[in-house]
Amino acid sequence: MRVALFVTCLADQFFAEAGVAAVKLLRHLGVEVDFPPAQTCCGQPAYNAGYWSEARQMAEHTLGVFEDADYVVLPSGSCTTMLRAFYPELYRDNPRMFARASSLSGKSYELAEFIVRVLGITRLGQGLAGQRIAYHHGCHALRELGLKDEPIALLRSAGAEIVDWPAATECCGFGGLFSVKLPEVSLGMADRKLSTLPEIDVLTSADGGCLLHLSGRIHNRGLPLCVKPLAAVLWEAAQNRRTQDA
Amino acid sequence: MQVRSNEYPKEAARVIREEPQVRESVTGATLSFDAKRRAAYAEVDSEQWRHFAEGVKNHVLMNLEHYLEQAEAALKRNGVQVHWAEDAEEAQRIVATLVRERGVKRVVKAKSMLSEELGINPLLESLGVSVLETDLGEYIIQLLEQPPSHIVGPAIHLGLEQIRRLFHERFGTPLDAAPDALAAAARKLLRQGFLEAEMGISGANFMVAETGTIALIENEGNIRLSTSAPRLHVALVGIEKLLPRFSDLAVFLSLTARAATGQRLGTFVSLIQGPRRSSEPDGPEEVHVVFVDNGRSSVLADEEAWETLRCVRCGACLNACPVYRQTGGHAYGYVYSGPIGAVLSPGLVGLENTKPLPYASSLCGACYEACPVKIPIPKLLLTWRHRAVEEGLTPRFEKAAIQGYALAMTRPWAYRLAAKALRLLPEKALDNTVVPVLKAWVEGRAGLKPSPRSFRELWEEGI
Repeated sequence: MRVALFVTCLADQFFAEAGVAAVKLLRHLGVEVDFPPAQTCCGQPAYNAGYWSEARQMAEHTLGVFEDADYVVLPSGSCTTMLRAFYPELYRDNPRMFARASSLSGKSYELAEFIVRVLGITRLGQGLAGQRIAYHHGCHALRELGLKDEPIALLRSAGAEIVDWPAATECCGFGGLFSVKLPEVSLGMADRKLSTLPEIDVLTSADGGCLLHLSGRIHNRGLPLCVKPLAAVLWEAAQNRRTQDA
Repeated sequence: MQVRSNEYPKEAARVIREEPQVRESVTGATLSFDAKRRAAYAEVDSEQWRHFAEGVKNHVLMNLEHYLEQAEAALKRNGVQVHWAEDAEEAQRIVATLVRERGVKRVVKAKSMLSEELGINPLLESLGVSVLETDLGEYIIQLLEQPPSHIVGPAIHLGLEQIRRLFHERFGTPLDAAPDALAAAARKLLRQGFLEAEMGISGANFMVAETGTIALIENEGNIRLSTSAPRLHVALVGIEKLLPRFSDLAVFLSLTARAATGQRLGTFVSLIQGPRRSSEPDGPEEVHVVFVDNGRSSVLADEEAWETLRCVRCGACLNACPVYRQTGGHAYGYVYSGPIGAVLSPGLVGLENTKPLPYASSLCGACYEACPVKIPIPKLLLTWRHRAVEEGLTPRFEKAAIQGYALAMTRPWAYRLAAKALRLLPEKALDNTVVPVLKAWVEGRAGLKPSPRSFRELWEEGI
């Protein structure tokens, strides 16, 4: 099987290790990985801010980049939602583009979702034995993709304890431009979410934007918390010994 | 009422900075409401109920003229006097005329968001009429001269200590009085009000077209008294509040209570079917219904925004909203706050007067998940944002920045160049940036630094 990796602009620039881990993990699972070099950003920030004509320009570019792929895999729930749900939405008045968007929509998957739903794998290894992990559900992954159990199942089967986090499904306050348009509200949301965390070894999520926001806040407040992208944690899970890189 | 929605970002920041107690009270109360809502939804096939409610409301809205005519005929048959108000001024004129003609000096009011929207209290006060809010929360904020902070819990932003202090100053209750004792103090005063008032004003949770029934849900019993003790009852009813059949109430009364407070049914449900009949010992001599438009038909005619009108004003979206929890309702600057306010207010009073509101959301979708009539609030927020862009209501620098970003992202060489530039920045440059957007980011979130090498570079070197 062959997939095209859409590493997303945020992972490319700020979480390169998430992309590397995704590649290693997919290869480990017997999947051939392509990285179409013309890829840039899916355009979600423009779409969410109401700039639909600019979002369409970026969507059209991305549609071209991934036209020939069998599967598109992204280490991001939010960008997957952009491709799966919002691209068709952007073209609801344009049948030709709608058809192209729908085709991409149908073959795009978030990494953990792809592993569980397409590859049918729920056990990666035992590399997380004994780790207490808090999983932040990105809102789009949770509510638009319906992705809730898949990442948890993968983490748990690798020996991790998923801690009981009352605010696990609550928005972290990132929301793209929301975080700069309403900084106080955005930070208040992050603080409230973090204040409900029990003791953990690692905080992880499929969404780079949320992690950038949360880890920035954690750094700013000097909290002793280790934050890692889901792809990196899953790659760790696939290795049977526990790595000591916290 | 005065619209101050354009100050939302400033107001939200101020509340967070200067009134931390608001966040504490609102977060505590909404989390508890939300948890109760989830539990109450879980007891029934909530998906099916919501689907049904959505369908009934859509049907009413698509055939609104028919059902309004049917309701008017039924109300008249029941001996109710029906009035039509196209806007707030007309509604005020109708109420003012009744007050003058019937010599009303004292009014008791049941909690009604529509009466807030129409500015009924200031109107009555200007006519020299005393107005008493009879819902306990509403009464508390009336004492403080504040508007409601929440659709269902108007005083949700206040802590017990604040209410104790207020009641101590006004009624001399002890500073450590138990909530029950505070309620008892208010009740004593309210009872007197019910006995003396010549007019009771209420809203309507629902209006059944088939039978001309005004349906009201409450937990304190004050609505029942407000609508039955005075000789005159005036119900202000938004034209979108209609239900076709009496039997629809069975689902709507229960679903609304479940969505709002997690109750299976409100403690009191009043179904008002007209003035007192000769065989009945009590009830008002006259009942008036004022059907109010005030911008609703223009929302209905709006092909993208009409679904907003399914709203049953349960406040479930406010309870589920992590943004609302930070500030409560006052920061939104209009009577309807929270997610539903952010999509309803632009429709009712114009996007130019409310332009920050569609951005008062991280688009997390918790509101849609909670909504009993499945209003696609996130989608509507995006629609209003898109309109703000189309109508040139967004800042010029933002538009330029997004256009530049789209240009770079559709040219892979430009994207690469930008990535290179990002890595050429000196260490800590991002921490001390003067670029406004980045500055806003790093002020609260330190340690923003790109990966030493981009994924693309690592890939090209070989993974």
